[in-house]
Amino acid sequence: MITVEHLTKCYGDFMAVNDLSFEIDEGHVYGFLGPNGAGKSTTMNIMTGCLSATQGHVRIDGYDIFEEPEKAKKLIGYLPELPPLYLNETPVEYLKFVGAAKGLKGQELHRQIDEVIEQTKIGHVKNRLIANLSKGYKQRVGIAQALLGNPKVIILDEPTVGLDPIQIIEIRDLIRQLGQTHTVILSSHILSEVQAICEKVLIIAKGKLVAFDAPENLEKLLLASNGITFTAEASVEEVDEIMKGIEPEVQWECGEAEDGMVLVRVKTESAEVRELCRQIFFAFAGKQRAILEMTSKKANLEDVFIELTEGDASAVQEESEEESLPEGKNTDESEVSEA
Amino acid sequence: MTAVLKHELSNYFHSFTAYIFSAFLLAFVGIGAMLYNIQSAVANFEYVLRFVCLGFVIIIPILTMRVIAEERKQKTDQLLYSLPIKTSQIILGKYLALLIVYLIPLCIVALYPLIFAQFGDVYLVTSYGSLFAFFLMGAALIAIGTFISSLTENQGLAAGIAIPVILLNYYSVTLAEYVSSTALGSALTLIVLAVLLGVIVNHLTKNGNLAYGVGIGLTLLIGVIYYVDSSKFEGLLPNVMKQLSLFERFYTFVNGVFDLTAIVYDVTVIVFFLFLSVQSLEKRRYN
Repeated sequence: MITVEHLTKCYGDFMAVNDLSFEIDEGHVYGFLGPNGAGKSTTMNIMTGCLSATQGHVRIDGYDIFEEPEKAKKLIGYLPELPPLYLNETPVEYLKFVGAAKGLKGQELHRQIDEVIEQTKIGHVKNRLIANLSKGYKQRVGIAQALLGNPKVIILDEPTVGLDPIQIIEIRDLIRQLGQTHTVILSSHILSEVQAICEKVLIIAKGKLVAFDAPENLEKLLLASNGITFTAEASVEEVDEIMKGIEPEVQWECGEAEDGMVLVRVKTESAEVRELCRQIFFAFAGKQRAILEMTSKKANLEDVFIELTEGDASAVQEESEEESLPEGKNTDESEVSEA
Repeated sequence: MTAVLKHELSNYFHSFTAYIFSAFLLAFVGIGAMLYNIQSAVANFEYVLRFVCLGFVIIIPILTMRVIAEERKQKTDQLLYSLPIKTSQIILGKYLALLIVYLIPLCIVALYPLIFAQFGDVYLVTSYGSLFAFFLMGAALIAIGTFISSLTENQGLAAGIAIPVILLNYYSVTLAEYVSSTALGSALTLIVLAVLLGVIVNHLTKNGNLAYGVGIGLTLLIGVIYYVDSSKFEGLLPNVMKQLSLFERFYTFVNGVFDLTAIVYDVTVIVFFLFLSVQSLEKRRYN
């Protein structure tokens, strides 16, 4: 469906994309993952013909984006990082323009506009000025625009940035639906999001492809570095005492005790996390100390991501550490979506 | 192209731009017609147009300032790039929409000579010939304004550049009398222009060698020509300034001459600046 060959983009001396090659098949949801400044948006802009490449080729269904741009662009619906909206128009007016520019006419244009309005659930705001819509609705209008003309490939650049958790869930559901009938490529630096909706993940760092696989396989790449976090109603000394008795030996660290409670982080190399949870539970129960909260954490895409992008250069490492900060919030969001 | 054209038109009529432009143009023509045709009882409508054309200095920038600058500011240029339409179609659609907005008040103005003809002898041929030239001159200025708007994402700056550019064109004949007409003066001016061209090439292509080549090559060429036959530069600068004036060429029509070279010149200016606008938009893709 999409073939990217030796794609390179230089801004002066700075290489934003460096010899990137990959192939994308029809009918899946692909995630494009990387720290800020990794070259995600640049690559997407080149793939959609918004930007030229210094070197390399992009072919959409056999059409070269640089040599036959009109034919190639007809196969793509693109939502850039900032939805390109005319603020002084209503969604209907805006969609009419985009549809007409994509070559739709008369009945077909109106039918498709109604269809995308239905799909993106913007029916009740379709006659309000875009300037007065909330960010979530602006994003939806942007997605509706990408869907017009029924393109085979839909490319979304950070579609959930700046949305509230409920809107994020809705947009993710929409993307999942789209994935059944289209090839969807979305970029994100939110790992849980990619994990939740993408069938395959491309990780890029410093303009280079560092991994391209299904999220489950990427997790297997990583050595199991499992961990358990729990809060116990005990003093630090008591926790140390009890933890020493756990077999096989584990590493742990305690946070500061507060209101007679202490937060404990346990690291283990063993895959038997559940067994370890049980042991800790009974060990504390045996000493009449309550465990108020306990969560186990498996190796996830975030660890893969940090490991892959860290190895490259210290600059990337710094950025990926920054990335991991908002990740805390996003885990919460994914819990919301599961609830 | 029709999609862009329709979209732009609806935009002009949804915002105040089209109305403000029409109002200003009609007000200028109205004042002119009152001064010349009614109060002074002159039967020549073309004098009114000659009076009005200074108004272009203000109303053309009002019309053209947002045409591309606004797309950049709102980041909607990215949408245009990703749509399956050519850049030339985008520019052409936008330009035609501007022309239509410009034509509407002119259609109303076109009735004036007929009205005046009811009360006396009006030279209708000269009037409509001048009106046609007036339209073409405005169209050329709109093309220049479109190009200036494509250079920046700030509407105010686009207008701020367009106003002095049109004003300079308006006064270029007057100014031509004050610039040096000696061969040395012209040669030096050309050298300054050659160096400027080199700087612009360097800015656009980031290719130092090419820029030095253009700058030094042209300077040497000018030096050689000056050395061989300095009389070639005699009076060159004022002549060029007179030739470049769009307004001066319009005045020939006002004087009752239907000047084909002026029409060719106007059309050349339109094509040249639309071409530059397309290049300017394309260049963004290569940044």
